[in-house]
Amino acid sequence: MAEMTMIQAITEAMRTELKNDENVLLFGEDVGHYGGVFRATQGLQAEFGEERVFDTPLAESGIGGLAIGLGLTGFRPIMEIQFFGFLFEVMDGVAGQMSRTHYRSGGHYSSPITIRAPFGGGVKTPELHSDSLEGLIAQTPGISVVIPSTPYDAKGLLISAIRSNDPVVFLEHMKLYRSFKGEVPDEEYTIPLGKADIKREGKDVTLIAYGAMVHEALKAADRLEKEDVSAEVIDLRTVSPLDLDTILESVKKTNRVVVIQEAQRQAGVGATIVAEISERAILHLEAPIARIAAPDTVYAFASDEDAWLPNAEDIYEKAKETIEF
Amino acid sequence: MAEKTIEAVEDKFETFQVLNEDGKVVNEDALPDLSDDQLKELMKRMVYTRVADQRAVSLGRQGRLGFYAPVAGQEASMLGSHFALDKEDWIAPGYRDIPQLIWHGYPLSKAYLFSRGHYKGGQMEGINVLMPQIIIGAQIVQAAGIALGLKKKQKENVVITYTGDGGSSQGDFYEGMNFAGAFNAPAIFIVQNNQFAISVPAEKQTAAGTIAQKAVAAGIEGVQVDGMDVLAVYAATKKARDNAISGNGPTLIETLCYRYGPHSLSGDDPTRYRTEDQDDPWEKKDPLVRFRKFLEEKGLWSEEQENEVVEQAKADVKAAIKEADETPHQKVSELIEIMGNDLSSNLEEQLEYYRAKESNE
Repeated sequence: MAEMTMIQAITEAMRTELKNDENVLLFGEDVGHYGGVFRATQGLQAEFGEERVFDTPLAESGIGGLAIGLGLTGFRPIMEIQFFGFLFEVMDGVAGQMSRTHYRSGGHYSSPITIRAPFGGGVKTPELHSDSLEGLIAQTPGISVVIPSTPYDAKGLLISAIRSNDPVVFLEHMKLYRSFKGEVPDEEYTIPLGKADIKREGKDVTLIAYGAMVHEALKAADRLEKEDVSAEVIDLRTVSPLDLDTILESVKKTNRVVVIQEAQRQAGVGATIVAEISERAILHLEAPIARIAAPDTVYAFASDEDAWLPNAEDIYEKAKETIEF
Repeated sequence: MAEKTIEAVEDKFETFQVLNEDGKVVNEDALPDLSDDQLKELMKRMVYTRVADQRAVSLGRQGRLGFYAPVAGQEASMLGSHFALDKEDWIAPGYRDIPQLIWHGYPLSKAYLFSRGHYKGGQMEGINVLMPQIIIGAQIVQAAGIALGLKKKQKENVVITYTGDGGSSQGDFYEGMNFAGAFNAPAIFIVQNNQFAISVPAEKQTAAGTIAQKAVAAGIEGVQVDGMDVLAVYAATKKARDNAISGNGPTLIETLCYRYGPHSLSGDDPTRYRTEDQDDPWEKKDPLVRFRKFLEEKGLWSEEQENEVVEQAKADVKAAIKEADETPHQKVSELIEIMGNDLSSNLEEQLEYYRAKESNE
């Protein structure tokens, strides 16, 4: 067992699968020789060779097409979109093409593709680097969206994503890359896609979050505990498909819920969770479902982002309102 | 300076032709080395395709097909290029490129199911082809990926991908060629320049004098071919395939041809954007007429042989549409089941709902 950052755990997961399966390929802009703009792929080209870990020309749609074609010829591609804000350049490849390979071929072909991409606010990027676009993909049939919040989860989930025979978008929150270390087993292990994790058990209120917001929710829970409020924190880990069983079980126990996302409020993952709880567990609720999200503007890159992003204070306040309702 | 550069480039892209409009060999050196049987087979495929297309248009007008894009006028471009392929080569087609799939082993009945939106039309068992692509140009970047995959697996095969003059304006067209070029991967890019992207004429797509010259920017070979001359299309594709296999990189082939019919059977009226005066010169170049003259001159083709192929095509269409009609309708539960290898929890719940609903119907 080693202590490592999330980005180290991500590198470890890729190293594990590059070793396990000779058909795993890793490619994208700057991922080869340079090791990625965040060094997530550092050392992998030297270890596995240029045939398997390589740089591509700078064109996201081309990278998506490359992944689909390599998938069809027997490979298991890990493609990197350098920042998830560049998704729009390959939206057809992701939502119009690889997500539909299995459907369109009546089950004959697959796209066993993992799309890795950094995203998420708080690290002072230029525009269209930090945006939370997971909701766009969560609404796309045929593809999963995974967002880890810890080094341990990152390794186990990424190995599962790579082994999946269906396409998976694996989003890496930039603020979590190096902000803390966690225990990560040296050996390989998997965490199933589509399963949430209870990061903290509680009985008075359920805080549902993913990505960096999990850590804000945990901070809020610490503060609530000092006031004798016991908060349960659910880390979704996979935002599509949702683990409704874990969500509903917790809501039925605490009867109060705050849904938290870093993305803008309208539509999206949080809205779906609110709707599902309303449809399936409304009679268990002692207070209206509370929701925390960013305003419906473009991402406030760099200058206003600290004020724009939801934080532990917002979660604490909202949880208090819910408790005192 | 700039004008001189572009003129110098465009001057290099003369139209490659083997047979002229009268079926006479105009380029003896380029005459491909095909046996009499192969020449007859090429003619057979073009006649068969013309008849099957006429039948499909008629079925479409009767409301018995879904989406269908007519192919008459493009037989030489489609089948001459396909004839240069090996059985294990890959095809990444656009939605009009059904004939190449058929001659690669795709059953006609599946083509009709595809037309009707039935998932069984996409099950490409035993043949290396993609499903006909609806998004213009999306198949071109995928072809680059297939080409790289073939290279990495050390296969002696190529991928061929097809689009039209409109498709050559897409970003994916350039990205696909550029990727295949950068990876020196075995791909052949065919642009069937049939003069119209639905209603927009080819000259409005680009300031470039030819589409073939767009290969220059990607650093790959480019050639413009008389797309109504089946031997020229075959010869150009054969050369492109030989180059690709021997590690000399991809080729872009522009075939100059014409779509006689409408863009599709979904309400397109060609008289709104082109006149008979425009159609007539192209019909004089007809690929079947020209090749028939060439073969008759050699004593390789007769009216009797032609009729035999016509009757065969009609019988095959009849049997295939019957097979498609007899295929049970697609159910929502089946659609749910083919969304992925692993069914997600939400789909599992929805599958249960639709199965129950369908069992009550």
